[in-house]
Amino acid sequence: MSISQIFLALLEEQPRHGYDLKRAYDEHLGADRPLAYGQVYSTLARLLKNGLVEVTGVEPGEGPDRKRYAITDAGVTDVDRWLRSPEKPEPYLQSTLYSKVVLALLTGRPANEVLDTQRAAHLRLMRELTRRKAGGDLADMLICDHALFHLEADLRWLELTAARLDDLTKAVRP
Amino acid sequence: MTTTGDGALLHAEDLRKAYGPTPALDGASFTIRAGEVVAVMGPSGSGKSTLLHALAGIIRTDSGRIVYGDRELSAMSDSERSALRRSDFGFVFQFGQLVPELTCLENVALPLRLGGVPRRTATERAGQWLDRLEVGDVAGKRPGQVSGGQGQRIAVARALVTTPRIIFADEPTGALDSLNGERVMQLFTDAARQSGAAVILVTHEARVAAYSDREIVVRDGRTRDDRLAAQQ
Amino acid sequence: MRARLRDLLLGARLVFAGGRDGLLRTTFIAVGIGLGVAVMLGAAAIGPMIEARADRTDGRSYELFRYPALEQGPNTLLISSYDTIYHDIVVQGWRLQPEGAAAPVPPGLDALPKPGEMVVSPKLRALLAEEELLRERLDHPIVGTIADKGLSGPGEYSFYLGADGLDHHGFAGTRIDHFGEQSSNDIDPALILLMLVAFTVLLLPIGIFTATTIRFGGEQRDRRLAALRLIGADQAMARRIAAGEAFVAALCGLVIGALFFLAGRQLVEGITLQRISVFAADIVPVPALAALIAIAVPATAVAVALFALRRVSIEPLGVARNSGTPTRRRLWWRLLLPALGVGGLLTANFDPESSQIRDEQLVASVLLLLIGVAALLPWLVDAVVARLGAGPVAWQLAVRRLQLHSDTAARTVSGVTVAVAGGLALQTLFAGLAGTYQAETGSDLRRAGMSVQVWHSADARMIDTLVTRLREAPGVTAATAVLRADLAYQPRSGEETYATLLIGDCAALGQYAQLPRCADGDAFAARTETDDPSQRLPAARTPVRITHSEDGTDWRVPAVLTDVPAVAAPDGTRAPALLLTPRAAGLDGLGGLHAQAFAKLDPADPDAIERVRNIALDVHPAFVADELTAYRTDRTFDQIRRGILIGVVALLTLLGAGLLVTMLEQLRERRRLLAALVAFGTRRRTLGASLLWQTAIPMLLGLGLAVLTGGLLGAVLLRLVQQPVRLDWGAVATMTGLSAGVVLLVTALSLPLLWRLLRPGGLRTE
Repeated sequence: MSISQIFLALLEEQPRHGYDLKRAYDEHLGADRPLAYGQVYSTLARLLKNGLVEVTGVEPGEGPDRKRYAITDAGVTDVDRWLRSPEKPEPYLQSTLYSKVVLALLTGRPANEVLDTQRAAHLRLMRELTRRKAGGDLADMLICDHALFHLEADLRWLELTAARLDDLTKAVRP
Repeated sequence: MTTTGDGALLHAEDLRKAYGPTPALDGASFTIRAGEVVAVMGPSGSGKSTLLHALAGIIRTDSGRIVYGDRELSAMSDSERSALRRSDFGFVFQFGQLVPELTCLENVALPLRLGGVPRRTATERAGQWLDRLEVGDVAGKRPGQVSGGQGQRIAVARALVTTPRIIFADEPTGALDSLNGERVMQLFTDAARQSGAAVILVTHEARVAAYSDREIVVRDGRTRDDRLAAQQ
Repeated sequence: MRARLRDLLLGARLVFAGGRDGLLRTTFIAVGIGLGVAVMLGAAAIGPMIEARADRTDGRSYELFRYPALEQGPNTLLISSYDTIYHDIVVQGWRLQPEGAAAPVPPGLDALPKPGEMVVSPKLRALLAEEELLRERLDHPIVGTIADKGLSGPGEYSFYLGADGLDHHGFAGTRIDHFGEQSSNDIDPALILLMLVAFTVLLLPIGIFTATTIRFGGEQRDRRLAALRLIGADQAMARRIAAGEAFVAALCGLVIGALFFLAGRQLVEGITLQRISVFAADIVPVPALAALIAIAVPATAVAVALFALRRVSIEPLGVARNSGTPTRRRLWWRLLLPALGVGGLLTANFDPESSQIRDEQLVASVLLLLIGVAALLPWLVDAVVARLGAGPVAWQLAVRRLQLHSDTAARTVSGVTVAVAGGLALQTLFAGLAGTYQAETGSDLRRAGMSVQVWHSADARMIDTLVTRLREAPGVTAATAVLRADLAYQPRSGEETYATLLIGDCAALGQYAQLPRCADGDAFAARTETDDPSQRLPAARTPVRITHSEDGTDWRVPAVLTDVPAVAAPDGTRAPALLLTPRAAGLDGLGGLHAQAFAKLDPADPDAIERVRNIALDVHPAFVADELTAYRTDRTFDQIRRGILIGVVALLTLLGAGLLVTMLEQLRERRRLLAALVAFGTRRRTLGASLLWQTAIPMLLGLGLAVLTGGLLGAVLLRLVQQPVRLDWGAVATMTGLSAGVVLLVTALSLPLLWRLLRPGGLRTE
């Protein structure tokens, strides 16, 4: 999972300063490992070079944290594409899925779409695993079952999250 | 089992059905080909069971078409649909719903007898299916005397005994523990595929849906096909 | 103990939290119990009723014969009975003639009516207001009404007529100095038998109905009890709480029963059976028994409920009925009961005057027989159903269901069996009894429709008047009359012999013998083929004595006597007699003779009979005018048989209702299963047919058993009252038809619910 994608998503929401980005990341996604400043600026530089962000304002003073960054159209397209495509299902718990979903939801994508898209991807893998289970020996069965349960856990969490969001939106916008 | 070429075995379009103010089905569609296993998923109250019943011809929708082969379900009378269900469809329910006073063997033979098959033939065929589903040893017992897993397998046997073209299953493993559930799903889908029956499988569990070929999602009475999502 | 009561009360309160279905069930049970209570109160009131009635009739009875005869005094009264018949109604009357100021007054009257004045019963007053012909007959001013105290029942037609000119002459008038004698009650012993058997027959099906509806059932109730267990009640407590429903129902039942009883009392007042009617106020249950009923009924209801629950385990997670292999029913005691009953019946000797013990043996035997039959039926159903093989799907479903759950249907059908058996037995009994009252009288209705007779009071002028007036009356097409006298004579050998003398015109005489030719002045001897010397007629010129008065009149048989064959008179009698025309007799002035007249009536005129009666009574109040009928039948048994039929119909309805409730409950419990069956294409027809079979099979078995038992019981009862045994096939057909009707009706009424449940809504699990 790359930080550039995350920054892009955060910038899609609104233009920010460098230190804003770090703060936002740490708050939502960097629970145990806060981001290093160096990483922040190098990521921003790369994004700038690829034309996915631009500088829209400079505060007086020294250092890159004084610049205000905004996302470009190309950046928007990039982020959109990334958030819309499902994450590759991994049989083991991963934070990518988690982060992605949280971001997608935070940035206002319809929860059900996220859910359905991810579910379709998960199910494809689960079908494969199920087929493999049918023809395999006990060891195969154990491994496949293990994977299947975790994949199912992902989907169940997704369903619950989608439902929670549904509730919330209904409360805010009945 | 002959496939109908490009045509679908069962095809439904824009189904609407309301029980009171809120609609249970609000423009749902569905297609299934011969031999396919399709999972119907969605949150509770989404209308998936209603969709199942509508597709099976058990309930009539307020609007929309359902075409089975070359016959239009919506235009058939109640007794015609009942006859169709006897001959072409099979059903598995979450709680089995076996007749408690008949023996397991008689329960499985029941759909055949309803279709006019003579008793001896029906009983023979029923026995064969019970063996295939590995519950032959409880043939003479009553449903109240067998375990949940066995009961569901008997229910599956009952669904398959008439060699239906479509089997409608509504949470078939919902009341079973994991192991029994796995066993039943395995046997069920194997037997269905072997006899060429298509299966419409309503479930909210992903591991059960993993036995299908594809899934559709029902939400608020509307359907969403994964093919559409994959196209993006 | 207090804890147990508290449990019961808790259960009672929970009943009202049960929602509509629960209340409906409780109401049913309460109504069933109420009926039973009403019947029991009725049974407890029979004794007092009979006594009260006896007291009333005793109150106005008097001594007909007294030796030595009473002397006339200031406290004596001459009384003579003066009954009359109007259409089918018997009107009892008495003529009263006080011989002093302190003469006794009959109960119900304030004072003795003056000569020519009449005091009437309320019913008679109403009748007189309506019927002109009767008013003509009893053409006296009405000065008062007999109070209830002086009536045996509200339906009584009676009157007291003030008179003068009564003679103290046996039937013409009796001298008494007080009213009120002990006499035996006037209720037909067969009626008592009827009541005893009827009550036992009624109670059993009601008991069965109550037991059926009390029995455990209902998902909602199961859940409630399981919940109780969950919060810590133990099995026994939960059972007691469940029994609380029975307790509530029993209490309500007591109230309902009392109301039914009171209402029933009022109804009974309006019924007149075999000329007997009863005042509602007389129907009062023996207080001790009523108290017993009030205590026993709730106790029994609770006991029955607890007993019914003993095989059910109430667990926190649900209620498990003891299903699986049903316990094999034991046969021996089920055969023992009816055997005891039959034995008891056969050895019972029904003697109307006998002691209490016989009655109790009879009741106990009938009860044993009927209970035994009711208990036998479930075993029979089990045994038969176990052997029933396969067949079409509907049949198979029904048979299998019965094999597993024969209880409910069999139990209700037991009730039907008992009702039908009892009803059949009673119908048979009364058909047999009624048969005896259909005796051929031999009357020839072509010649006459009525006979008018009087004794000791007639003379030639009287019968001339009678015949003239009869012939003039509308509706009378012909009339003849003769004077009758009894002769005594001394034959050459042997003792004093008696013979009959008839004096009348040729037309009149022609009623008694075949006369070749006849003119005034002829004399005939009408002979029959009999050799009996006591029936020999005196020869011509024999001196005889006419015994119309104490001294008699001497007379001589005329010289010329023509022998003629006697024929049967219009009333069917045929006997040797001397037939004389008036001129041949020469007894014109003689009085105190008997008279017999025959009148032929126009069948289209229903009032003709009463007109004849009026005329006869007007000519002389002692005249009796009787209708000649080909068969004398007692209509009252028709009433009773109709009553029995109504009773059986009511019972069948009650039981059918219970069966319906059970059936509906069963359907509701199986709603999901039914929906599933519909899903894979079971025809509604099939399911409906299986419902029908489910009810019909036990019903058929029950009916078979009932006909057998009912016939047997009826035969035994007939033997007890010493009548020939004859089966009433009409009743069998009726009962069978009724029961079949109940089955069909219950099934038909269950079908709408079935159809509704079969609609796809039943499958919704969401």
